[in-house]
Amino acid sequence: MSELKLNPYFGQYGGMFVPQLLVPALKQLEQAYVDALADPAFHAEFEKLLTEYAGRPTPLTLCRNISPNPLVKIYLKREDLLHGGAHKTNQVLGQALLTQRMGKKEVIAETGAGQHGVATALACALLGLKCRIYMGAKDIERQQPNVFRMKLMGATVIPVTSGSGTLKDAVNEAMRDWSATYDSTHYMLGTAAGPHPFPTIVRDFQKMIGEEAKQQILKAEGKLPDAVIACVGGGSNAIGMFADFIAEEDVKLIGVEPGGKGIDTHQHGAALSTGSYGILHGAYTAIMQTTDGQIEESYSISAGLDYPAVGPQHTHLQQTGRAQYVAINDDEALAAFQQLAKTEGIIPALESSHALAYALKLAAQATEPTVLLVNLSGRGDKDLAHVHSVLAGGQL
Amino acid sequence: MKRYQQLFDRLNREGRGAFVPFVTIGDPTPELSFEIIKSLIDAGADALELGIAFSDPIADGPTIQGANIRALAAGTTPAISFDIIAKIRQYHATIPIGLLLYSNLVMARGLDDFYAKAASAGVDSVLIADVPLHESKPFRQSAIKHDIAPIFIVPPNVEDEDLRQIASYGRGYTYLLSRAGVTGTETAAAMPTSELIARIRSYNPAPPLLGFGISTPAHVKDAIQSGAAGAISGSAIVKLIEQYQQQPAELLLQLRQFVSMMKAAT
Repeated sequence: MSELKLNPYFGQYGGMFVPQLLVPALKQLEQAYVDALADPAFHAEFEKLLTEYAGRPTPLTLCRNISPNPLVKIYLKREDLLHGGAHKTNQVLGQALLTQRMGKKEVIAETGAGQHGVATALACALLGLKCRIYMGAKDIERQQPNVFRMKLMGATVIPVTSGSGTLKDAVNEAMRDWSATYDSTHYMLGTAAGPHPFPTIVRDFQKMIGEEAKQQILKAEGKLPDAVIACVGGGSNAIGMFADFIAEEDVKLIGVEPGGKGIDTHQHGAALSTGSYGILHGAYTAIMQTTDGQIEESYSISAGLDYPAVGPQHTHLQQTGRAQYVAINDDEALAAFQQLAKTEGIIPALESSHALAYALKLAAQATEPTVLLVNLSGRGDKDLAHVHSVLAGGQL
Repeated sequence: MKRYQQLFDRLNREGRGAFVPFVTIGDPTPELSFEIIKSLIDAGADALELGIAFSDPIADGPTIQGANIRALAAGTTPAISFDIIAKIRQYHATIPIGLLLYSNLVMARGLDDFYAKAASAGVDSVLIADVPLHESKPFRQSAIKHDIAPIFIVPPNVEDEDLRQIASYGRGYTYLLSRAGVTGTETAAAMPTSELIARIRSYNPAPPLLGFGISTPAHVKDAIQSGAAGAISGSAIVKLIEQYQQQPAELLLQLRQFVSMMKAAT
């Protein structure tokens, strides 16, 4: 067996826990990635797509009105303005180029909120790849506009009814599909989780978020922010935002998990807040599980954060104390969603609203001048119908 | 572990191959599952491959996913599964019992505790569907420590270096995949060529049993003619459980007929 080229572990977390059958496909992907990194033509093409197609760099916006405390400045990294409506577009363009380099013509993907599905569909339309997207039946229900977007761009959307009918089950189905089709098909995993090499590849294809934000904030403030805040489901926007700040030890890194109806209720998706570790979808990491090791169903108002595990690098960052992980519940996220709309004229994704809600909490407590950098990972258009029905139902 | 050796010695003397049925323990209920497994033995199974139900069986197709769901819904836990295995071991002292499960169930109990518990229940081998060779070290070391055979999977696209390691680390038997994909009869077994099996056997691994998509006596016969030491059939059996779960007497009859028909093809 040829050796792996990259370290599959972050500390003791990560690895490649998949059926033996899938190992050659993951190694092929790792090799394609290593080769691409050494190829200036790959970098040039990726850069060109990001700039001319996706709209990078995205702006950094200093909020004018929302900060509850005059001592605190809140900056938003505007991934919501990226083509496709969320940060997801960054890394699918990278993986689509890898797909081409491997000579594969078809793509499978899983999606929760539909943002990764939309991103996959647009990249596949652009680069002439055929794609099929697994999506939980419950998520299809609450993310109709994104389902229609995917279909418009030529993707086949396959509803998944097994299990809880959410992201976890969509990942299961995508992996089952891939174990029969890996010769011709690339599995375009949508977050910095899953088996090696996905956590590494997805982070590297998202790290421009933090790199740009760092330069932008240095330009605006002349110094680094006090804290960088991002929401964490699987963790791709957060790791993309954090990566370039990890070495800057004075900058606090804060990941915000979905607290759902409260982390003491079992109805949440805050894997890192539970302190329980195990193997799900190919990686040893923080997961939500019973004492027997059965995976628990997660819950969040936000489909994109509704996942009972987290990328292994986040678990490592938590264990080493480099990053801190907190939870924001549904009501707090909904309040931040509305507040950003009212005060700044920006409708954020429910996912990103979790990060913003925590920033507002921190800001309210600050007693000295503080600069907070929030990754506004996506826009809220996809959530309008869902939020409308929740608000009309008097749940706030 | 030595029960596999004794089995294959006996089959070699008889000039026959092994037929190994798979079921998920606790499907459709723990009580009926015990009766089901006894029927498989009574009808001529040479060894047993038993699954412990897991919430997220990514290597399984819809049929065995259904078995996992039924077993979990009936309240089957790993502890109950081990109790059933211990009762089966009491029922039959020499039949090899293999466990097939997913890594998180092993991790949750802790590796040494898990293998110790399996050994005391009377398990002979453990196959973890989502632990490939290069992640297998702590699992196989704990297995050997508790006198349990670690089972490795040989996919159709296997590389020589993997075969070398499988021959070196594997005990009991070697699980030869008939094809890519997940478990199930939706896609029938593809018979490996005798050249492939000869290549595998040249590394002298534990005897290869062919699995995935084995649902007819012809599949069993072809597997053995290609050079496999026997065949494993799961989804075809689980389909009978799914179909007759409300009629236990009829279910046990159907299962006995199926197993004796498959065994007759060895």
